[in-house]
Amino acid sequence: MKKIEAIIKPFKLDEVKEALTGIGVKGITVSEVKGFGRQRGHKEIYRGAEYQVDFVSKIKIEVVVEASMAGETLDTIQKTARTGQIGDGKIFVLPVEEAIRIRTGESGKNAI
Amino acid sequence: MKTIFLSLVFIAVGFGRVWAGDEPPTAISNKEAIDLVQSHADYVWTLVAAALVFFMQAGFALVECGFTRAKNAVNIMMKNLMDFSVGSLAFWAIGFGLMFGITQTGWFGTSGFFLSDFKPDGDPWVLAFWMFQVVFCATAATIVSGAMAERTKFTGYLLYSVFISALIYPVFGSWAWGSLFNGNGWLENLGFIDFAGSTVVHSVGGWAGLAGAIVLGPRLGKYTKKGGIKPILGHSMPLAALGVFILWLGWFGFNPGSTTAANKDIALIFVNTNLAAAAGAVLAMFTSWLKFGKPEVGMSLNGGLAGLVAITSPCATVSPLSAVIIGAIAGIIVVFSVIFFDRIKVDDPVGAISVHGVNGAWGTLAAGIFNMGGTSAKIIGVQMLGIVACFVWTFCAAFILFKIIDKTVGLRVSPEEEGEGLDITEHGGIAYPDFEVSSYAQQ
Repeated sequence: MKKIEAIIKPFKLDEVKEALTGIGVKGITVSEVKGFGRQRGHKEIYRGAEYQVDFVSKIKIEVVVEASMAGETLDTIQKTARTGQIGDGKIFVLPVEEAIRIRTGESGKNAI
Repeated sequence: MKTIFLSLVFIAVGFGRVWAGDEPPTAISNKEAIDLVQSHADYVWTLVAAALVFFMQAGFALVECGFTRAKNAVNIMMKNLMDFSVGSLAFWAIGFGLMFGITQTGWFGTSGFFLSDFKPDGDPWVLAFWMFQVVFCATAATIVSGAMAERTKFTGYLLYSVFISALIYPVFGSWAWGSLFNGNGWLENLGFIDFAGSTVVHSVGGWAGLAGAIVLGPRLGKYTKKGGIKPILGHSMPLAALGVFILWLGWFGFNPGSTTAANKDIALIFVNTNLAAAAGAVLAMFTSWLKFGKPEVGMSLNGGLAGLVAITSPCATVSPLSAVIIGAIAGIIVVFSVIFFDRIKVDDPVGAISVHGVNGAWGTLAAGIFNMGGTSAKIIGVQMLGIVACFVWTFCAAFILFKIIDKTVGLRVSPEEEGEGLDITEHGGIAYPDFEVSSYAQQ
C-alpha cells in the first residue's frame, strides 16, 4: 500500500476529487494547509503598507491506495491539479505498513 | 405636501373652535397654530436626527472591529458601549453645563449641570437639545477608541471616557457653540464657522486620539527592529465596510440635524454631505490605485469618512460643487496622512487621526475658503485660529490626561496580555468561539 500526499491549489480540489473517484479511489482526506515552496509568498497591500505573505494557502490531499494503483493515482493528480503556473504544488509517495477499518477490524487492502 | 398639511391644520383648528362654540379663527390664532406645528416639527426632526447620530456608534464600533484583530473584538465592543454610556452620564452631570451654561468669560459655562435647566412644567426644548448634543459628545469620545485600539488598558479607557465627555469636549464646544443655548463663546463671537462640528467634534476626537496613540506607543509587531512597517491586518473588511455605510447614514442626521429645526436648509446640507462623501471615497480609491497599484479597500473606506468629516463644518454654507471639491481633496489628504502617521510611528489601527483630526481641520479651513457668502482673509484667519485653538487645547489636555492615567492606573496592557489578546485578558471571553483565531503570534 502507498500513501499519496498531494499539496495542490485550493480551487483544483473538486476537479482532482472527481478524477480520483473516477479511477476507483474510495477515500480521500483533505486539509487546509499553508506553506511555501519555490513560489515563495507574495506581496500584498494593507492600508498603504506592503507586506509579505510568507505562507500561501494550499489544500493537502491524502490518499491510500494499493501499490498497483499508485502510478495511475499519481498521474491523475498530476494531470488534473496542473495549471502550468508556479505554485501548482507537489506530490509525495510514502509506503504504508498497515491499514485497519475501525468499525469492522478489517485490515490491509480490505481496509482501504 | 407641506401646503396640504398646513391646510389640514387650519381646517382642524378652525373646526375645533367652531365646534366648541368659540370665536372664529383670527390671524393671530392662525399664526399661533402654525407656530405650534413648526415647533413640533423642530422637535421631531431634531430627535430623529439624534437617533441617526446615535446609530453612528454602531458604525464606529464596526469600523474599529473590522480594522483590528479578532482577539480584540470584544474589547472594541466594550469600549464603544462604555464610552457612550459613561460619556452620557458625564455629559449629563457636568459636560452640558460647561458647554452650554451661562458664561461670564466665554471660556466655559457655569450653569445647567445635571440638566437643571429642565423644570417639569417648563419648556422641554432643553431635553431635545440635550439629546442631540449628547450623541455629538459621544461621537468625539468614541473616535479615540480606534486610534488607541488593541493595546489600551480597559480601566484607563473608562477614566479617559469620563474626562473627554465631562471636560475636554465641552470646554472647546463652549467656545464655538455655546450660544446655541445659554452660552456665549469667544471663538463664535469672532465669526468662527463650524456648522456641524468638523472641529468641535471630529478634530477634538482626532487630536485626543493622536495624544493617546503617542502616549501608548505602537502595537507590538507593528514596526520591525530595523524600523520597517509591518501592517497588522484587520480581521474583517465586510464589518469595516458595514461600519462605514452606517456612519454615512448617520451623517444624514449629524449634518442636516444640526439645523435643530425642520426647515428647507436640510436639503442642501443633505446633498453636500452625500457629494463630499462620494468624492472622498472615489478620490481615495484612485489615489491608492495610483500609489499602490490596486484600488485598496481600507483607504477607500477611510476616504468616504474623510469626505464626511471635511463637509461637516461647511455643509450649510457651500455649494454642491464646492462640496465635491472639499470631499475630493479630503480623499487625497487621508491617504497621504495615513502613510505619514505610519512613517512617524504613530500607530493608529483605523486611521482615526487622519480621518477625523486632519480632515476635521481641512473641513474647517474649507468652510472659510468656499463660503457661499464670500470669503476674506479675516474669515480664513478666524477659521485657522479655531483649528489651532482646538489642537492646542485638545492635544495638551488629552496628553496630560493620558500621562496621568499612565502613571496611576496604567494606560497600556502588558506585552503578554497584548499578545494573548484583550478579549481574554481584560474581559474573560472571546468574540468568535466557533472560529479559529490565527493571529495570536504578532511579536
